Amino acid sequence: MISIVNAILFLLLAPIIGGLVTGIDRKITARMQGRVGPPILQPFYDVGKLFEKENLVVTASQNFYILSYIVFIIVSGALFFAGGDLLLVIFAFTLAHIFLVLGAYASNSPYSFVGAERELIQIIAYEPMIILSAVGMYMVTKSFFVGDIAASGMPLFLYLPGVFIGFLMVFTIKLRKSPFDLSTSHHAHQELVKGVTTEFTGPNLAKIEIAHWYEDVFLLGFIYLFFAFDPVIAIVAIIIAYLLEILIDNTFSRVKWQLTLKSAWIVAGMMGLVNLAVLYYLAGVLI
Amino acid sequence: MIELPFLIIFPTIAAILLLFIANDTLRNAIVKISALVIGAGTLYVFFTYFNSGLELFSVPFEPSSQVMFILELFIALYIIYIGIQCRKYLAVILIIIQSALLIYVESMFVGGIHPEFNLFVDQFSLIMAMIIGIIGTLICVYALRYMQTYHAHHAEIKDRRKLFFFMVFVFLSGMFGLVFSNNLLWVFFFWEITTLCSFILIGYSRTEEATNNAFLALEMNLLGGVAFAGALLYILSADPSGQLLQIEQLLTSGYAIALVPAVLIGFAGITKAALMPFSSWLVGAMVAPTPVSALLHSSTMVKAGVYIIVRFAPVYTGTMEGLIIGLVGGFTFLLASAIAISQSNAKKVLAYSTIANLGLIVACAGVGTYKLVWAAILLIIFHAIAKSLLFLCVGTVEHRIGSKDIEDMSGLIVRMPKIAVMMFIGIAGMFLAPFGMLISKWAAIEAFIEAQFGLIFVAILAFGGSITVFFWSKWMGKIISVIPYGEKMENTVKKEKWFVLYLLTAFTVIVCLIFPLISSTLIEPFVMSVYGQTARLSQDNITIMAMMLFLLMIMPFSMLLYRNEVKHVSAYMGGRPTTSDMKFQGSMGITRETVLSNYYFEEFFGEKRLLMAGTALCFGLILLAGVLLTGVIL
Repeated sequence: MISIVNAILFLLLAPIIGGLVTGIDRKITARMQGRVGPPILQPFYDVGKLFEKENLVVTASQNFYILSYIVFIIVSGALFFAGGDLLLVIFAFTLAHIFLVLGAYASNSPYSFVGAERELIQIIAYEPMIILSAVGMYMVTKSFFVGDIAASGMPLFLYLPGVFIGFLMVFTIKLRKSPFDLSTSHHAHQELVKGVTTEFTGPNLAKIEIAHWYEDVFLLGFIYLFFAFDPVIAIVAIIIAYLLEILIDNTFSRVKWQLTLKSAWIVAGMMGLVNLAVLYYLAGVLI
Repeated sequence: MIELPFLIIFPTIAAILLLFIANDTLRNAIVKISALVIGAGTLYVFFTYFNSGLELFSVPFEPSSQVMFILELFIALYIIYIGIQCRKYLAVILIIIQSALLIYVESMFVGGIHPEFNLFVDQFSLIMAMIIGIIGTLICVYALRYMQTYHAHHAEIKDRRKLFFFMVFVFLSGMFGLVFSNNLLWVFFFWEITTLCSFILIGYSRTEEATNNAFLALEMNLLGGVAFAGALLYILSADPSGQLLQIEQLLTSGYAIALVPAVLIGFAGITKAALMPFSSWLVGAMVAPTPVSALLHSSTMVKAGVYIIVRFAPVYTGTMEGLIIGLVGGFTFLLASAIAISQSNAKKVLAYSTIANLGLIVACAGVGTYKLVWAAILLIIFHAIAKSLLFLCVGTVEHRIGSKDIEDMSGLIVRMPKIAVMMFIGIAGMFLAPFGMLISKWAAIEAFIEAQFGLIFVAILAFGGSITVFFWSKWMGKIISVIPYGEKMENTVKKEKWFVLYLLTAFTVIVCLIFPLISSTLIEPFVMSVYGQTARLSQDNITIMAMMLFLLMIMPFSMLLYRNEVKHVSAYMGGRPTTSDMKFQGSMGITRETVLSNYYFEEFFGEKRLLMAGTALCFGLILLAGVLLTGVIL
């Protein structure tokens, strides 16, 4: 059931795809803001340059946490594309993020400390919805295994529209897009310096960036699952979803953490849970 | 079969010895030797019976039931005496009602025909026995040094260590008796023993607060005891021969007879497991010395509550009453986890997390499908180990830094590196993949989806689970912050404490590694024997988790890679002139200290508000169950 080939493909291709997506994202964002924008390959140049820099840290253990972060992001993504258990993927994903947060805590720096707390808020804001998404997929396909879900041929999106909307909200948080870029942001306007990544530089920052690419590809894969019955529709859906995120990013200002937490939970409850409840009661009839 | 009575009686013999020994060296020796004997005895019982499934035993000593009855009356007299002395009349009234019920029950036995098979052993009792016999005794050994330091720090409290160790060992006896008894009358006797022990241990310091909290615990547990006695009465009036008092017969006797006693005993279990609305006694119990908390939370007391509920889970399956018990557990899990966010006292965080996890176990057992019972037993095991480790770590830290506050634990990794790493592992064991608690939560999610009304529980787990991530992670973050000052202070920790802490840390990790084995040799056969079918994780997932655990264990070695090539700079302070110990130049040239403090979200997760909501909700649910039950009885 577990496909090692897919896992290796993910390991090799995801940073390339993720980097390109980020490059395109930056280009489109720039055009929306009336700028020319960097070349598409700029993210790769940035990361390359970061690796050339000296490894400056506040405390040596930061290296360990960031290495663990990227390793477990890759593990969770690889497990996802290999067709593994979706809940296990989600738990590994959370574990990875806890390492990022711990890395920020370890430095004992005011900015990264607040960034770490906010990153945790983001985690508790999005986690229920991701788990509910997995549960929704299980209710339709009767399997938690990504391989089975993708191969089921069921139009998941039609069964889980509410869950999908909830997931898009989570997607915004996970991509660190406004209005939910609380802990750190790709934009220059920041009140927390660089939040959770304040105390990371050089190779460590490069690793965080690459981990983010892996994460992007994993999330796009998650969207793919909703439309897995038809790859063409799925690719189109991914593109539309991502463009929508860029639009949201450039039209909203950052909100406070309270609103992030509340709105994420309300959406998870209203869209996700209600959707699941409907499925639950129609279970015998519909599926 | 002599092993089972031995395990039940031996701790009491050790306890009586300890009651008369004031000499420290001698006490240390006796506690250590007894711990060793109990541990070895438990292992012996384990390896003798783990393969044999359910086995029933009759006790050769005929009048043992009468002895218990008389002891129970003595306990009642003692409680009446102390209740009147302290003017706690509620406790007095409850114990009188309970004793009256008990005497009535005893009088219903015509000619004193007691059930034949009073003891039993099956895989579930064995699991519980291992928890009691190994973790419980380790805590006793730890308590030796702890109580020494405790009295050195609190000169105002009278040294009653003789009583302390007496009670602790009686407690172990009571727990062994509870998990090995097949006769419900016996279970009830041991149930009362644990209530009494916890009462005395919580009130150990005899301060006003301790006494009040001890009585709170006593009253709530006696309330459960009254329900338990009611269950005995119901069984006997339904079946005067008393054969159904044997758990194994009661469980197979069908809903018509078993449901009412099961729900009444379930209520007793809820009080003992400190679910809402009875959670306040366990939080109040935090006034006791830390080893007592560790004991109450991990291997005894609350585990007795969930043990009995999991025992009766097959009766709850698919019933409205069972669902209500499950909901009480579910809401307790959600709300207690949320309250834990707003707490900065480490022991209170641990207390609320215990309450939450017990809630989850009861939620699983209340809904009671075979997959959920499997998850519940896993939860009991993992929780016992990780929680005892955490309590003992907090106790050790408390004696060194003089505070139980998580905020004061910042930079623990610098000041007490070994303890901090163990605490880190303990916390990771509570909520992170691929450690134990998470495996059980995961199994619970998968199992709830297929259960009746399971979606409510899935939602509770999805939200409650992420809440737990928050309060554990921020605690972890606090202890691993590398502060640029602070001296090492763990050299004074004694070797007994290290021994216990190392062992528990090792258990936390090892149990995660061998849990497939535990599942296949113990939990699955037990669930199989009760339900005729069993749950397990798929092989793929087990392999992947073992790989993750392995990866987690080798990751720390990556630190070696970075030994030489890194350059250290101080943290970014917004360009302010900052000294190396993080004092910065504030406005008007005043030097200020950098103080970093966690979020507690009092306005969202305040204890008072959520506790009120939980009490109202769970109280309402219990009332509803009571109404339903009255309907069944009439």
